Parts: sequence; structure tokens; C-alpha cells
Amino acid sequence: MAALVVAGMMFGALDSIHPFGEPGDIAMDQYYIDNALEERSSENIVTSIVFDYRAFDTIGEAAVLFTAVCSILALFREGARKQ
Amino acid sequence: MTVGNLPFLVVGILFLIGLLAVLREKNMIKIAIGITIIESAVNMLLIVLGYRLGGDVPVHFLKGEVDAMVLPTPQALTLTAIVIALATSALMLSVIMLLYKHYGTLNVDEIRRLRG
Amino acid sequence: MKPLSVVVRTGCDMFAWFMVVFGTYVIIHGDVTPGGGFQGGAVVATFAALLLVAYGGEKVLSWISLDVYNTFLTAGLLLFLLFGFAGMGTSFLYNFLAVPEAVVHAGGGPAVIPPSGTIALMDIAVGLEVAGGLTLIILYMFKGSRLEINSETGGETGHDSW
Repeated sequence: MAALVVAGMMFGALDSIHPFGEPGDIAMDQYYIDNALEERSSENIVTSIVFDYRAFDTIGEAAVLFTAVCSILALFREGARKQ
Repeated sequence: MTVGNLPFLVVGILFLIGLLAVLREKNMIKIAIGITIIESAVNMLLIVLGYRLGGDVPVHFLKGEVDAMVLPTPQALTLTAIVIALATSALMLSVIMLLYKHYGTLNVDEIRRLRG
Repeated sequence: MKPLSVVVRTGCDMFAWFMVVFGTYVIIHGDVTPGGGFQGGAVVATFAALLLVAYGGEKVLSWISLDVYNTFLTAGLLLFLLFGFAGMGTSFLYNFLAVPEAVVHAGGGPAVIPPSGTIALMDIAVGLEVAGGLTLIILYMFKGSRLEINSETGGETGHDSW
């Protein structure tokens, strides 16, 4: 029963964000669309956001990937185990 | 729920399927699959939030003749979220492999009883 | 795992190196076409997965040395941080090699480095790191599972064992 109430509330919340296709505040994205070609001269706006305007998040994500690979390497070591 | 908001409805259904899989399954691998379904649903919600009707690809090289572009910021955030979902699912599967080697079974109820 | 039949092995031979070339293309053209560092790195990592499925684990682990991918992983992250600290005159992660579009249209600008500056160079560093990291995940998880099957039943019995 509780699951139905939670599902109903979730669908109601998803419906009332904004109508599909008309986002509300677009001032920041309009600046990116207008000025990314002149300032950085790169034609791909998404890459220039990921690597230049918001490069700090990309450093965090590279660190997360590095940590995950290191911990998988540490889990699967074959060493001498003391019985 | 209006029919014009169909992408949001699909995201909600995917999230419910993943949540049902996590809560009611007994096999450990099926629980891990349910968690990755939930992560995919959240990534899809991020992309759907940034759509503009009549917009075009946010790449100047492939743009058509339309003036408006789709918002590029949610797509940049979703790239990071996909890589983090990959890292957590790889770690989950490694821990499941080690649990199978130690206990000999993949059933969650039997592991709770064995405690060895 | 044993090698699969001749048909599967021939199909793998045709497509394996094509994956590496296509992945490098997607990484390098990161600031013109859709794609970039993360997507191209994942395409390059399917090279090891394809070889592992077609040829079996013992042969692949004797061909591929894991130190090369370790070097890719660490070199990628260190190069990324180096490009962050190099523009420290103004601030951390400042794009100190970018040339504005007006100068490029007038005929100025650099010759070798693309005019988008550190965006293209950081692309290559992240692509190296993601390719090395995902390949290491695949190969180490395979090594871990093979160890467990060998110790339990005393030999490789087939594909489905539970």
C-alpha cells in the first residue's frame, strides 16, 4: 500500500516540473550557446563545457574512475595467504 | 498525467521497475541489475529536462538551418554521471564474485543464515 | 575459456584493430564532432573484450602485457593535472592556449596545436586514462573468476557452471 502512495507522489512530482519542451530559466545556457564559438573557437559546445567552463567536475570524475580501478586491482590479488 | 509529458512518464516507469527488482529479488546478480536500471533512469531524466521544442544539435559543425539549440548543460552533466554509474556497477560485481567464492551460494537469505 | 570456432575467430580478426582506429578517431576529433575523451576511451576498450570472447583467456593473457595499460592509466591522470597547473598565472585550469575566433579568421594563430587550446589536449589525456582503466577492469575481473573455477572443480568445464 505504501508503495502505491510513493509511486503516485513520484508521478505527480515528475509531471509538475515544467511542460515538456519549454524550460524555464535559460540565461546561463544562452550565454554558452552565443559565446562559446567566439571565445574558445571550438565547434562542439558540450566538449567546451565539460573541459573548459566546468573543468573542475571533470577532475573529480577522473579521480573517481582512477579510484575504482585501483580498488578492483586490490580486490583480485593473488598473494601468499597465511593459513 | 498529460500525454504531452510522455518522456517523464517513461522515466518514472523505469525507476519503478528498477526499484521493484531491488526490493523483491533474492538472487544477488538480479539486485545488481536493478541498481543499474535505476541509474539509467536518472541519467535519462537529466537529458529530458533540457529539451527545447524545435531545437537542434548543440554542435556548430552539424547544425541545420534552425536558429534555436537544445540546452547543452544537462548533456555535459550526464557524461560524468554515466562514468560514475559504470564505476559503481563494476565494483558491485567484483564484490559479488568474492562473496560467491566465500559462501558458495548466490541466495541472499542463505547468506544471512550462514554467517561464516 | 576455450577458443571458439573458426567463424567467430575470423570475424574477430577483421574487426579488432578497426575498433582501435575508430576509437582514436573519436578521441582526437573531440572538439569538432560529437564525442570526446570518455566516449572514445570506451570504444578503444572493446578491443580487449572482443579478443577475450573469441580467443579464450589463456591465450589473451599471454599476449597482452598489463604494464602498458597501467602506464596509460597513470600517465593520463598526471597529464590532466599538469595542464591544470600550467595556467596558474591567472587561475587553476585556465585555458592559456586558446585563440579567439576572430584571430583565426584573420589568418593568425598557431600551427600545430588546434586553436581551441587545452580542450583538445585534455581530451587526449582523458581518452588515454579511460581506455587503460576499462581494459584493466575487464582483464582483472577475468583473472579473478578463472582462479575460482580452477580451484573448485579442478579444471575448466565449460561456459555455464552455476
